[in-house]
Amino acid sequence: MLSKRLIVCLDVRSGRLAKSVKFVDTKDIGNPVEKARQYYEDGIDELVFYDITASRENREIMLEFVEKVAAQIFIPFSVGGGVRSVEDATRLRMAGAEKVNINTAAVKRWELISEIAYAIGSQSTILSMDVRRTGKTKDIPSGYEIVINDGVTPTGIDALQWAKSGEETGAGELVVNSIDMDGTRKGYELKLTRMIADAVGIPVIASGGAGSPEHLYEAFVEGHADGAIVASILHYGEYTCRQLKEYLYNHGIKMRMHY
Amino acid sequence: MLTIVNYDAGNIRSVQRACSEIGVRSLVTGAPAAIINAERIVFPGVGAAPSAMDYMRRTGLDVALRQAFQNGVPVLGICLGAQIVLDSSEEGNQTCLGLVPGKVLRFRLRDRLHKIPHMGWNEVKVVQPHPLLEGIKEGDEFYFVHSFYPQPAEGANIFAVSEYESTFPSALGCRNLFATQFHPEKSGRLGLQLLERFARWDGVISYKSVEEGG
Repeated sequence: MLSKRLIVCLDVRSGRLAKSVKFVDTKDIGNPVEKARQYYEDGIDELVFYDITASRENREIMLEFVEKVAAQIFIPFSVGGGVRSVEDATRLRMAGAEKVNINTAAVKRWELISEIAYAIGSQSTILSMDVRRTGKTKDIPSGYEIVINDGVTPTGIDALQWAKSGEETGAGELVVNSIDMDGTRKGYELKLTRMIADAVGIPVIASGGAGSPEHLYEAFVEGHADGAIVASILHYGEYTCRQLKEYLYNHGIKMRMHY
Repeated sequence: MLTIVNYDAGNIRSVQRACSEIGVRSLVTGAPAAIINAERIVFPGVGAAPSAMDYMRRTGLDVALRQAFQNGVPVLGICLGAQIVLDSSEEGNQTCLGLVPGKVLRFRLRDRLHKIPHMGWNEVKVVQPHPLLEGIKEGDEFYFVHSFYPQPAEGANIFAVSEYESTFPSALGCRNLFATQFHPEKSGRLGLQLLERFARWDGVISYKSVEEGG
């Protein structure tokens, strides 16, 4: 059986590390390449680098940054933020990213998912979705809506429907990020994660809200997630990767323990 | 010196970066002559069997790789490179290189517990000793990302297995060829160690005792 994946997210701004809370008020907490190497040695299963500036001028900086990371860590990592075209995705892949996250650009033009999947393969194409709880309506039957532009713009798209169409269009993995839980450290949005994980045949990664090892356990057992993204609980040194993995392993979750 | 076959199939540079990390010199080339004369060959790849085979035939890399294999050059296949060394693939009903008897099969199930692609870390169980698998212990995991898997016709060619919807071969070998469905270049320390062993391997399957682990 596959192990569940512990994934760390590093928000990168102009090559430096930042962790946002509720997508505003970002703090700089160090060199992301060094931090990545440290997590790699401590047994993280995968990393996500999220370019939170994602401006055009920043694109070259990001590619150089990805090259530096790829020379330092020998496990998979993905990159997201500002991926707007097949060319963006291909260049990130060539620079060493195993996978590329598409978010806002896919909402604006859904064909981008299949175009990127065709260019770099479904297994490298991650559809990352920011989701807000709305309550069930006629247009949003699941009660969860896709939002874009870092969580500020509602789209009128139902999150469950979007996840299913993402799979059909060629995404090889889904990241389900709850805007409501992000930065709260109160646990993942389990109902949403489970609803999507049970509805698709591709891996689903829970994101937003991790504050304790118990939250990870819930994401896997109740949320049916294949992987879970953490950030601040590792960045601020509250737990190490090993401690989180040992907790999960000791509670019966299959985790990669030899590294 | 490791010669990495560039056949338009993905993760070429990540293999090269892993070689740098372990201090092994490597060269990426798509030139058939360089492949035939290589000291050791890494045959990596992510992508689809039909387009990969098509590219190899057009460039003559299929003939070069077969020749090198027959000459006894140690070859390490990775992922797609562990699949298209067999006779044929279910992916597009493709005829492949035929270096090892067998077929490439597709995972059939697709449910909540068996998502496709099979993507992530999974245990690799050694079922037959091989110099490149020395030191691998029970519970050691490697990184996989694939929807098809190699099924050699002969059990003698299967050296490790992994569990997904069923038990599938995750490492195979035939004389001087060894191939892994998983990615050693993406599997952290344990993967880098496998690459180090390959960089020293003489291409002979010597039957030293394999560590039982515990």
